[in-house]
Amino acid sequence: MDKIKLTIDNMPVEVVKGTTIFQAARQVGINIPALCYMNLEHLGVENRPGACRICVVEVEGRRNLAPSCSTDCTEGMVVKTNTPKVLNARKVVMELILSNHPNDCLACPSNNKCELQTLAATLGIREIPMVENAAMSTYRKDHSLSLQRDMDKCILCRRCETMCNDVQTVGALGTINRGFISVVAPAFEQDLADSSCVFCGQCVAVCPTGALTRTDDTGRVFKALADPTKTVVVQTAPAVRAALGEEFGIKPGTSVTGKMAAALRRLGFDKVFDTDFAADLTIMEEGTELLGRIGAFLGGDTSVKLPLLTSCCPAWINFFEQNYSDMLDQPSTAKSPQQMFGAVAKNYLAKKMGVKREDLVVVSVMPCIAKKYECTRKEFSVDGNPDVDISISTVELASMIKMANIDFVSLPDEDFDHPLGESTGAAVIFGATGGVMEAAVRTAYEVFTGKTLERLDFKELRGFEGIRTASVDFNGTTVNVCIAHQLGNARKVMDGVRSGELNFHAIEVMACPGGCIGGAGQPYHLGDSSVLKARAESLYKEDADKPLRKSHENPYITKLYEEFLGEPMSELAHHLLHTHYFDKHHKI
Amino acid sequence: MVQIKMHLLVCGGTGCRASESAVLVEQLNHQLKLNGLADEVKVITTGCFGFCEKGPIVKVIPDNTFYTNVTPEDAEEIVKEHVLKGRKVNRLLYEDPETQEHVSDSKHMEFYQKQVRIALRNCGFIDPENIDEYIVRDGYAALGQVLASDPKETIDIIKKSGLRGRGGAGFPTGLKWEIAAGNKADQKYVVCNADEGDPGAFMDRSILEGDPNSIIEAMAICGYCIGATKGLIYIRAEYPLAIHRLEIAIKQAREYGLLGKDILGSGFDFDIELRLGAGAFVCGEETALIHSMEGFRGEPTIKPPFPAQSGYLGKPTNVNNVETFANVPPIILKGWEWFNSIGSEKSKGTKVFALAGKINNVGLIEVPMGTTLRDVIFEIGGGIKDGKRFKAVQTGGPSGGCLTEQHLDTPIDFEHLAAAGSMMGSGGMIVMDEDDCMVSVAKFYLDFIVEESCGKCAPCRIGSKRMHEILEKICQGKGTMEDLDYLENLGKVIKDTALCGLGQTAPNPVLSTLLYFRDEYVAHVIDKKCPAGQCKALKSYTIDPEKCIGCTLCARTCPTNAIIGDKKVPHVIDQSKCIKCGACYDKCKFGAIQIR
Repeated sequence: MDKIKLTIDNMPVEVVKGTTIFQAARQVGINIPALCYMNLEHLGVENRPGACRICVVEVEGRRNLAPSCSTDCTEGMVVKTNTPKVLNARKVVMELILSNHPNDCLACPSNNKCELQTLAATLGIREIPMVENAAMSTYRKDHSLSLQRDMDKCILCRRCETMCNDVQTVGALGTINRGFISVVAPAFEQDLADSSCVFCGQCVAVCPTGALTRTDDTGRVFKALADPTKTVVVQTAPAVRAALGEEFGIKPGTSVTGKMAAALRRLGFDKVFDTDFAADLTIMEEGTELLGRIGAFLGGDTSVKLPLLTSCCPAWINFFEQNYSDMLDQPSTAKSPQQMFGAVAKNYLAKKMGVKREDLVVVSVMPCIAKKYECTRKEFSVDGNPDVDISISTVELASMIKMANIDFVSLPDEDFDHPLGESTGAAVIFGATGGVMEAAVRTAYEVFTGKTLERLDFKELRGFEGIRTASVDFNGTTVNVCIAHQLGNARKVMDGVRSGELNFHAIEVMACPGGCIGGAGQPYHLGDSSVLKARAESLYKEDADKPLRKSHENPYITKLYEEFLGEPMSELAHHLLHTHYFDKHHKI
Repeated sequence: MVQIKMHLLVCGGTGCRASESAVLVEQLNHQLKLNGLADEVKVITTGCFGFCEKGPIVKVIPDNTFYTNVTPEDAEEIVKEHVLKGRKVNRLLYEDPETQEHVSDSKHMEFYQKQVRIALRNCGFIDPENIDEYIVRDGYAALGQVLASDPKETIDIIKKSGLRGRGGAGFPTGLKWEIAAGNKADQKYVVCNADEGDPGAFMDRSILEGDPNSIIEAMAICGYCIGATKGLIYIRAEYPLAIHRLEIAIKQAREYGLLGKDILGSGFDFDIELRLGAGAFVCGEETALIHSMEGFRGEPTIKPPFPAQSGYLGKPTNVNNVETFANVPPIILKGWEWFNSIGSEKSKGTKVFALAGKINNVGLIEVPMGTTLRDVIFEIGGGIKDGKRFKAVQTGGPSGGCLTEQHLDTPIDFEHLAAAGSMMGSGGMIVMDEDDCMVSVAKFYLDFIVEESCGKCAPCRIGSKRMHEILEKICQGKGTMEDLDYLENLGKVIKDTALCGLGQTAPNPVLSTLLYFRDEYVAHVIDKKCPAGQCKALKSYTIDPEKCIGCTLCARTCPTNAIIGDKKVPHVIDQSKCIKCGACYDKCKFGAIQIR
């Protein structure tokens, strides 16, 4: 590889050709500030519009300042990153950005988590000149079930656009208008809910300010908890435990399952359950469905729909219903774990606890904001009473814990309640891309072959590569599977399936980068994708440490079938745990 | 066969058409028919003559008689007197403002004497809707010559000629072609940038309206040189006549085998499509233009990669401006030495300018590079309107700078204009006189930039808005000296940090007026006065009791009844009621109304 020598702030640097000044500076311990630039290197996602102009540096012989994020190093280049000219320019540009930004940090949902705020402090901004005469560009606010848009706070870094268009290929967001009133919005400035938005929330996950934020449902939860007529139970998704600690200063990748259960109990939930239980249940249903389809296929039934597509991810289901409405009988009919839990809680648990359906409030804690939307889908409620009443995100749970004055870090580890709190390692890994497939393979193999699986870790299904494929030997029958995370990758796979180019037995799709651990309900990764990696590793560790690692070994699952459901895919299971899909092609 | 004895060339440019030149053509034809001259005298609708101030223009060939401000009603007299009897219609001849004598033909008009017309060579001379007329004037000969030679030779000729991009940046054209030629790809593109957006500029429009085939020929030459088989002309939809004529020219060129497969039997394929822009100024920037053609938002991206590496649809693309292309065929035919001998040291050839503002001869001119501003403004342009004093000239479009009297002897070329704090730009030239307030002028241009900024980068999107707000504050008499310092620093930062050429040059009108007319800014800030009397908030109307005879005309005119006074007694203006509309000033026959 070609090497290039240059100097940055009088320090010699040697870099590979194609390295930017921004990257080269990091090699010598200089962190040039930037705002719009974002590089999720583990995911191959980069946002580099060169729009904010904060990262400018002086390059000898150049007539203007160079944006370091998008200027490649050249041989003999002499770069200065902190001359008075550079500092002045950075400060003036920052002042300009702030002059068109609402001055309400104290009441902003992104307070203390805002990259703009942090940078203003770093750059030593002490006043915003001319602010008394400065016009502000203001826009209509847009409230949706999952996320809130307050574009007055948008700084046009375009990260959300990159996520929505390039990464997710959803195409709901784009820049409209021009000049001072330019803004990122759905076409014709319609509401997100009316656009092709699938509520994956990846725009929220990368927004450096408070322009795009999660819908806050903590108030509704507090209210339910305080209502003496209600029994409030909670379920927590697998990925939550891998990230919740970050909100309390705990190192990324530290699983806080026990503390989380303790905190939820202290918040006043009557029962603290685990979505992982429902994940095990999902494997029972979906695995059985998969084996049924494969069996029929091997038996010569040509009408059988393969590949089976996973249906855990609500953003993926939205995306599928919009883009692949010609293939509505392709996904697994199994409900997502959140909704399976809700159905079991309201139909089984309520009776067991002697509580009326309408007096049982099911709260879910999710790494996801599409779940807020999912639990409002009509097919998931009975006579207007939803199976899952309120869905809050990991970050909202953290906020509730803080508001309730609970010292999270010093909490003891506690267990979940039973019966809906028991889970296997297979359920835990649902939170990372490939996890559902791995869990399904563990159970499907044993059910299909009647043999005990010797090797439980399917490393070939793990990782961060956008599209992964593997062939698993089911005792002579080869099962071909595919895993895609990020909707853009899902689109590539699905287009191949539709055209007949790609043939698999099963495909797992998760909308968010890295799977649920990178969901929009999780603490901000602030552009550092190593955080996602650490979260995934913590889930795999938790799985390895579990005594039970196969869903069908969960004793409470066995009990649920014995007491209530009968067997997987039974009529009752079908009624409660399966769903159907809708043609939403008109939304795109 | 009847021989044509005389041609009547009538300007069919957008300006003259707006003054009924199409009706004039009908009338001339009608009169010729009535007088039995239809076979001997031919009326031709041409492109722009450049002398837009006095349009519609009729030029008589072969005697070069140059009629100005011709109306359809004049057709009869021209035919009966000039065509039939050989007597010039004196009242329609151009009158020299200095000598007040009628000038018999265009060769004796100062407006044309100092001009050298290369890009405009056919404008006002041929029928742009007839390819034969272009061919008669050596049209497509250059293409034929190029197709018979090695592309490298042609690139070399263009390089040696010293031709530089006329769109504003002045990048050497031959070098641009060479880079595009050197990049290997299965498909390359030639793009003509006809997204002329500067206020008051119409160089490209006039060339396209007057000589569309020259652009087609040059694009084909460029295509052959760089290895492209597809050409695209990005033209703004607000140029319907230019689009119409281009469509005709492309159709005719295809019919003649000058576009399409195997051009002139050379084996070279080339065809051209039009792409209509929706009128965004920033789409004149080549990366924004390309994004717009691809169907994306028209906004610039960081270079590199340059279009020559990765342009339209990710393929190597050579983008040149209309005027640049118009220079190519003559360079091929007359040789690089000829072109290189015209102009100044580093800026070769000529440049077309659209003269506008407070100048007598508003219009389109083409002069050798290195001609001084004085020659252009006072000789070709005929000096300042109404005998007023020259104050400044703004070159380079909305983001150019304002130059003053001290720069009048500056040679016009890329280097000298830049050194003086302005730029060549695409060729807009707006002249200002003593009545123009330079703060307001800067504000006017910023207004345009604020409107046209694409909004991508923060310095341009927010910075131009803030500069505009400060200028507004100063015009309101509310500015402070700190504002001036802030304005200057802000302008420099925007210049240093903005993403594209639009943003980087946006502060030029502010910075150049701050440099050359600081006193005027200070007068607004400290004295709360607008020396040019333009800023309404700083203006006050008073009545000089010495001159007022109490005729009451002003009081009756005033829309807010702010003028009080009895008949035959000097009147007084109630300042609290005065809205500074200036109606009294215009009505007063005694010069009693004073503006301060």
